[in-house]
Amino acid sequence: MNPVEAALVWLNDPLNWTNPGGILERLGEHLSMSAAAVALGCLIAWPIGLWLGHTNRGGGLVVLVSNVSLAVPTLALLTILPLTFLGFGRPSVVVALAVFAVPPLLANAYTGVRQADPEARDAARGMGFSGWQLLRRVELPLAVPYLAAGFRTAAVQVVATAALASFVNGGGLGQIIRAGFGLDIAAGGGQIIAGGVLVAGLAILLELVLARVERLVTPHPLRADRRRARRRAAQAVAGG
Amino acid sequence: MSFRLSYRADPGNPWFSWQYVRDNSDTILAAVREHASLTVRAVLIAALIALPLAVAAYWYRSLAGPVMALTGVLYTVPSLALFAFIAPYLGIGALTALSVVVLYALLVIVRNAVAGLNQVPPEVREAAEGMGYGRWDRLLRVELPLALPGILTGLRLATVSTVALVTVGVVIGRGGLGQLIFAGFQNNFYKAQIMTGTLLCVLLALVLDLALAGAGRLLTPWLKRAR
Repeated sequence: MNPVEAALVWLNDPLNWTNPGGILERLGEHLSMSAAAVALGCLIAWPIGLWLGHTNRGGGLVVLVSNVSLAVPTLALLTILPLTFLGFGRPSVVVALAVFAVPPLLANAYTGVRQADPEARDAARGMGFSGWQLLRRVELPLAVPYLAAGFRTAAVQVVATAALASFVNGGGLGQIIRAGFGLDIAAGGGQIIAGGVLVAGLAILLELVLARVERLVTPHPLRADRRRARRRAAQAVAGG
Repeated sequence: MSFRLSYRADPGNPWFSWQYVRDNSDTILAAVREHASLTVRAVLIAALIALPLAVAAYWYRSLAGPVMALTGVLYTVPSLALFAFIAPYLGIGALTALSVVVLYALLVIVRNAVAGLNQVPPEVREAAEGMGYGRWDRLLRVELPLALPGILTGLRLATVSTVALVTVGVVIGRGGLGQLIFAGFQNNFYKAQIMTGTLLCVLLALVLDLALAGAGRLLTPWLKRAR
């Protein structure tokens, strides 16, 4: 039996879904820890990113944070955090995942505010808006498409990274893959591939759903296809 | 001396220990060597595959859509899942670890190279055409040099993320420095070992990134004035 057939057999066994530590339980763990991590990341990154963008400071900091986080291995955070005051278990895993959600959320919040039309900002100032009103009623609404894009990137990345929580027995769908590797390739090949399909499928599904959400929360005039169409029209006018 | 004695009596579990580094320098160096060689080989192989792909996507616009879509989807696939797909076929070994990191590096390099090539101003392309440059001459003498900053950005991003990604290889026992980190965790949560592995990972990424940045400066002397 080749590995793909073995994977289908494994996925077709109802007990593999409903057993303790089965697919359904692992899926629940995966989703709950990912949701907590993304929520925590948003709570930290969005206010900071919006404020930095509003005050036009810390652009270098945003770049630094995303570069450094790229170089830190997930495995390192997953193994270090349980040994700090966070202790073993869910909180340290959630914090480790949240760390990787912060850079895209932060960068997009910052860019979102920075790209707001300076004329809109000037107009708001001219109308006597205070700094806070300007942020809340002009810059924030204009930044929504960027916030949504950052959310999508962060959420997909967290769901993908959550598979690694299995290295420290943190639960989630990665646990199925790890268990398969524990059985040895010949015996666990099917389970390994099945786990991979589940993890990858979840990430791709989330990407597709959030791409849809991103489109829905982007006001019509700001949608990329419109912008592109308008640019093409402008070029045609300029060229002709 | 008394410090020494009390230290021996109760080693505790410090976050960092030179004693550990000294006593295990062989293991640590071997892990660094494995990690660095995996990273360098992966980025080189990925670049050799990615650049022709990027040029193909640039020349044949109909290829650009599928190439970008495919790399986008592949990039969404979690690294552990990629190990899961490849390991049953290539076995538990260096080849599997290399394939996974090559695939990821490939995606990053292709996307940045295509973006770099697309940034070449149309006037420049037309001027080259008007001077009688053929397709290959234009590519080698005009478009690739102008796209070099984008390509180098891709290489740097790919290198730094590959250094981090190699650690996931612990799932098949080929994680380089990840092996050190993971063993430290399993070995009574030995903090000094975990920390040493982590710091060396970040340091390796930094060194390789700086090396590439330096190479980039040498390769694009015309950008110096702009900086």
